[in-house]
Amino acid sequence: MSVAGRRLTVAVVYPDLLGTYGDGGNGMVLARRAAWRGIDVELLQATSDRPLPPADLYTIGGGEDGPQVRAATSLIEDGMLAERVEAGAVVLAVCAGFQLVGRTFPDAADRPHDGLGLLDVATAKGNGPRAVGELVAAPAHDAPHTATGDRLPRLNGFENHGGMTVVGPGSRPLARVERGVGNGGGDGSEGAWAGRVLGTYLHGPVLARNTALADVLLGWALAPAGSPAGATVELEGLDDHEELALRYERLEAVDGAGGTGWRSRWARMRTGR
Amino acid sequence: MTVRASPQRTARTAVATAVVSGVNRLSRALGRGSGTVVGGRAGLVVDPGLLAALADGRQVALVTGTNGKTTTTRLLAVALTGTGGPTPVSNDTGANMPAGHVAALAGAPDARAAVLEVDEGYLGRLIVETDPDVVVLLNLSRDQLDRIAEVRMLVDRWRAALAGLSPPGGAGVGTLVVANADDPMVAWAAASAPEVCWVGAGQVWHDDAVGCPSCGGRIAFGDDGRWACDRCAFARPDVAADVSGPDLMLADGTRLPIRIGLPGQFNRSNAAMAAMAAARLLEATGEAAAGAGVATALGRLAGVTEVAGRFSTVTRAGRPVRLLLAKNPAGWTAIFDLLDETGDPAAAVVLSVNARTADGFDTSWLWDVPFERLGGRSVVATGERRLDLGVRLRYAGVAHAVVDGPLPAIDHAVAGSSPGTTVEFLGNYTAFADLRRAL
Repeated sequence: MSVAGRRLTVAVVYPDLLGTYGDGGNGMVLARRAAWRGIDVELLQATSDRPLPPADLYTIGGGEDGPQVRAATSLIEDGMLAERVEAGAVVLAVCAGFQLVGRTFPDAADRPHDGLGLLDVATAKGNGPRAVGELVAAPAHDAPHTATGDRLPRLNGFENHGGMTVVGPGSRPLARVERGVGNGGGDGSEGAWAGRVLGTYLHGPVLARNTALADVLLGWALAPAGSPAGATVELEGLDDHEELALRYERLEAVDGAGGTGWRSRWARMRTGR
Repeated sequence: MTVRASPQRTARTAVATAVVSGVNRLSRALGRGSGTVVGGRAGLVVDPGLLAALADGRQVALVTGTNGKTTTTRLLAVALTGTGGPTPVSNDTGANMPAGHVAALAGAPDARAAVLEVDEGYLGRLIVETDPDVVVLLNLSRDQLDRIAEVRMLVDRWRAALAGLSPPGGAGVGTLVVANADDPMVAWAAASAPEVCWVGAGQVWHDDAVGCPSCGGRIAFGDDGRWACDRCAFARPDVAADVSGPDLMLADGTRLPIRIGLPGQFNRSNAAMAAMAAARLLEATGEAAAGAGVATALGRLAGVTEVAGRFSTVTRAGRPVRLLLAKNPAGWTAIFDLLDETGDPAAAVVLSVNARTADGFDTSWLWDVPFERLGGRSVVATGERRLDLGVRLRYAGVAHAVVDGPLPAIDHAVAGSSPGTTVEFLGNYTAFADLRRAL
């Protein structure tokens, strides 16, 4: 099925509040990858001073504690995001965004706040130091697959958060941590997903570092209206040599930094691992 | 600083000071660089109170903020340097944590004034230890989020530290805070200080300041540079001086031209902040008459044409290469403004990015930089994270080459651009240092 000529609206949710960690790049990656396939794509920067516009695919990024609370309150009051998810829209939520699409998350003073409940996850303040560094995680066996039925390749990116997220029975973990902390709830999981909503702690931005995941989200968003969650369309391949070079360089930097010798320690010091 | 030192205290400080210069001499002799930080660290081990002791009895000015610290520190030091008078001591090598301050101060026992660049995370400690006469707060935006912490965490720490400053007319010397009124984050921190000189120094980058730090409301920015929260009373303070194009407008209507040898509007802002801080110090010592300090200070800045190599031009393969430093989204945006303002619109651009400790390990910030603005130019990506840059440029729709090594990257840019044109080199912190070493 050709997707050329199809229309697609991608909205970056509240870049003015949740734009701290470069996650607005996810919207750029999705929009470009759609446009390169001939899709008529519109990329919206949906700031918090206006009602959230309707879109097929929403990205929500990381932000600071205060703005995170304001964003959650405002998205709940607005109602559009939950309504669109009900209608089949795709959501990628990162870090603070991941936490606020869950059931509950803490503010700076550790008071719990209601999230949107789009994912069955609950976040509390972690008891250790902030999780900061490169993160590598292998997608779970039941995690979303590519349109050709392949397991997604290892996910990689940079995490920087103080929250500890537990995945409830209504959602599934996205991946198993190989390096780094991830959800930090003790089960070694990273991220969560349910239906067409996917949450992760990975920055980078995650879709620039893992283009296969970007194409999974695009496939979901372009599936025929009314099809069940998980339905997708196959997209033509792109010349991803720069993305792949970056991916292998990063994975090698992290894998090579696992030893205990001085070389590995030095490598860890230089790459933040 | 007015702490009475006990004899034991003084002896310990003397030993520690000797250690600083001894270790630095050794470090230089071994070819391990200037050794400023290692000497300072050794001195602080011998005497943890060394910084306070070395600051004692001097006029102290602290300069901090996300962008413009090194430049403003240099401009302020120059503004305080009169003809034939003593030169202020300054940590002009960019070592802006306590070990660097100790090394600088120990190396200049006779300097009457100290102008210290301070890492954003160390402002509180420097205030406690040096009891400064002036604190300059430039701006605050996202930078090195894996190390420095988010803007609002930092701003709350600044606010607490500034609330503890000695008030004017009290027992000690009153501290004047010179603060950029155009940055709501700076304004929130500085509002707790007993005495503030507000300067409308401009801040192009608003993306970290939309959430009100006071009440969680939304800060709205007007076209005239004014800003206010939509929920509480927090708003831009009235200013004592305003940067208006090429001039500094004082509240009494005086218009003073900012004539500096550095390019770009953000450097005129840095000069304005330096001049307002210098005025206080020059008038306190009688070097300038009351009310004449700003003009005196501004008049001294014209000769500064580069700061630690930044804004300088070198020659490579017969072609001029301008060296520019930018470390974070706000800084890169300001440098792109500078390219538009002062550069050849067709000049080739070399971008160099590393991600070491001093740069921040996470390169996600590249996606906040408007690289789209380089469209149409010849662009070369280099540095240890050139692959991250390459991907970012691909999604910005900017044609580019990826080249390993800053000098080969410059040569590539030279070969791919018209003879006679300038090549602009933009690097982040350690990438810029790598190039300077390679040249």
